[in-house]
Amino acid sequence: MTTSTRADGKESASGGSRRRRTRSRPGGTREANPLTYVALLLTVLLSVFPLYWMFVVATRGNAAIAQRPPAITPGGELTENVVQTLQNEQANFALGLLNSLIVASVTAFSVVLFCSLAGFALAKLRFTGRNAITLAVILTMMVPIQMAVVPMLIMMDAFSWRGDLQAVIVPFMVTGFGVFMMRQYALQGVPTELIESARMDGCSMPRTFFSVVLPALRPAMAVLGLLTFMQNWNEFIWPIAVLGPSNPTVQVSINQLNEGYTTNFALMFTGAALATLPLLLVFVVFGRHLIGGIMEGAIKG
Amino acid sequence: MSVVKSGARSRDEESSPGAPREGPDPAQRERRERRAALRSRLDVRLSPYLFVSPYFILFGMFGLFPVLFTFWISLHEWGLLTGNQGFIGLENYAGLLGDGKFWQALVNTLGIFLLAIVPQLLIALLLADTLNRRLRFRGFFRVGIIIPYITSIAAMAIIFGQLFGREFGLINYALEMIGVGGVDWPNNRLASWTAIAVMIDWRWIGFNTLIYLAAMQAIPRDLYEAAAIDGASRLRQFAQITIPMVRPTIMFTVIIGTIGQMQLFTEPVIFGQGVAGGTQGQFQTVAMLMFQEAMERQNFGYGSAIAWVIFLLIVVFALINILFVSRIRSAG
Repeated sequence: MTTSTRADGKESASGGSRRRRTRSRPGGTREANPLTYVALLLTVLLSVFPLYWMFVVATRGNAAIAQRPPAITPGGELTENVVQTLQNEQANFALGLLNSLIVASVTAFSVVLFCSLAGFALAKLRFTGRNAITLAVILTMMVPIQMAVVPMLIMMDAFSWRGDLQAVIVPFMVTGFGVFMMRQYALQGVPTELIESARMDGCSMPRTFFSVVLPALRPAMAVLGLLTFMQNWNEFIWPIAVLGPSNPTVQVSINQLNEGYTTNFALMFTGAALATLPLLLVFVVFGRHLIGGIMEGAIKG
Repeated sequence: MSVVKSGARSRDEESSPGAPREGPDPAQRERRERRAALRSRLDVRLSPYLFVSPYFILFGMFGLFPVLFTFWISLHEWGLLTGNQGFIGLENYAGLLGDGKFWQALVNTLGIFLLAIVPQLLIALLLADTLNRRLRFRGFFRVGIIIPYITSIAAMAIIFGQLFGREFGLINYALEMIGVGGVDWPNNRLASWTAIAVMIDWRWIGFNTLIYLAAMQAIPRDLYEAAAIDGASRLRQFAQITIPMVRPTIMFTVIIGTIGQMQLFTEPVIFGQGVAGGTQGQFQTVAMLMFQEAMERQNFGYGSAIAWVIFLLIVVFALINILFVSRIRSAG
């Protein structure tokens, strides 16, 4: 959970991946040759280059795009570009950043809490209809919510939520993926004896959950929280449809920078960079947990 | 309600332990104990449902209900300002069958899907196999390939929109450098599909690689050792051990990819700066057509019919995948 686990460059958050690392690795007998490293390095370069180039243009402005040969090193106009982007009247960029921070944090908190509750119940409590409910959760993961834009807009009009942040928060406060992920983790990560002993000591169910189960779920909660934060920070279609430019999220702001008669690429790229930077920072700090989480999810899912 | 009470009870007990035992007469004590037992039973009984209810209430309101409502709207003539103009049955769906724009959008969606998913999964498989070897800097390479996944689609589409620019784009510059002429990416149909597919692949290859890598690490290493002793080449080990062992994971990624691709929207929208999908709709996807009908033309009924066709397509693809998997299983 802390940066110190990252510092040695090898640790991983969840117990699962740590276990996997210490076990002799399956493909371990097959040695990698120099050509492999060249190929991998090339892949990483291709992965990183578009992002790097985004920052190059953000520090140089329009000139970098039209230049021949193209500029591929950073310039010195970052401050002007940032100021210009933040002051752009159409985009409301600062408000967009703040709104995205609120939306992504609140949804992440809510998804983690509600999905942990449901996931724990489905994994560890015995009750009538448990299997049916688990199946229902898995089926709900197949429903493409984006396809329900029209009725969602009608609903938002009925609630008078259009243009307000709750329109982009409340519909995303739970996810089927989250419930499933927490269930899978709770099955193995939360010892049944722990719950039983808490019950013996007279803890009510809610209290057992908050003081015994939640601490045991912490690694999975961190990963789910990160993934949810990223997802809602990056959400584009729904905020554009329901919020509009006067109260935007940051992705709506980027799109607003694109509007107008002449496209100002310096602004667009600076906006994109500003919107990407927070996630990049989060990733630098928690990247290994995220990677561990994605791989864990793949094995169990 | 009972849970709130029992929560309060346990707090009470904590603050004054042994309080119930000090009851003045045995009858009262018994009553109190019985009540506590009832509370505890209710707690055990009701808590699970209470715990799963936030999910189902919220999903019901903002997931299931809208999807069903979409179907209801699709059976009506329904405009944004005019409101519900009455039930017209399957007329919207019949209209789709004769709509050239719909068929073009469908072909575009499937074309981009194929152009994107085949290289995406092949490259991810090869990368995962490479990362599964004994390797230095494994952490660095993993981080490097997953970085695109954190980039928002909006930011990515802006970057790639420029990289694929006709006159000043870096990709055309590179193509001209090696003697191949520049490509008119937005206006040439196949080229626009390719550009969009490249964006998708750039974002998703790393993610799929990690998923494959996780599956590959679960393959017992003695399988490879035995194959190596038998003189099987690395390529042969990959084809005859790795691929069959991760086949369920491959199917998983195909299904996930299909669901995502059938709803493809943001990349082509920003690439073409609007839901029209280019001058001739050459890269307009079905989801973009849905938005165009529902939002720009304010034809809710028709847009909702398109949404349901996309949903049905997803179901059909999922079923084909499942059939395919069970076919392979029974054959193997």
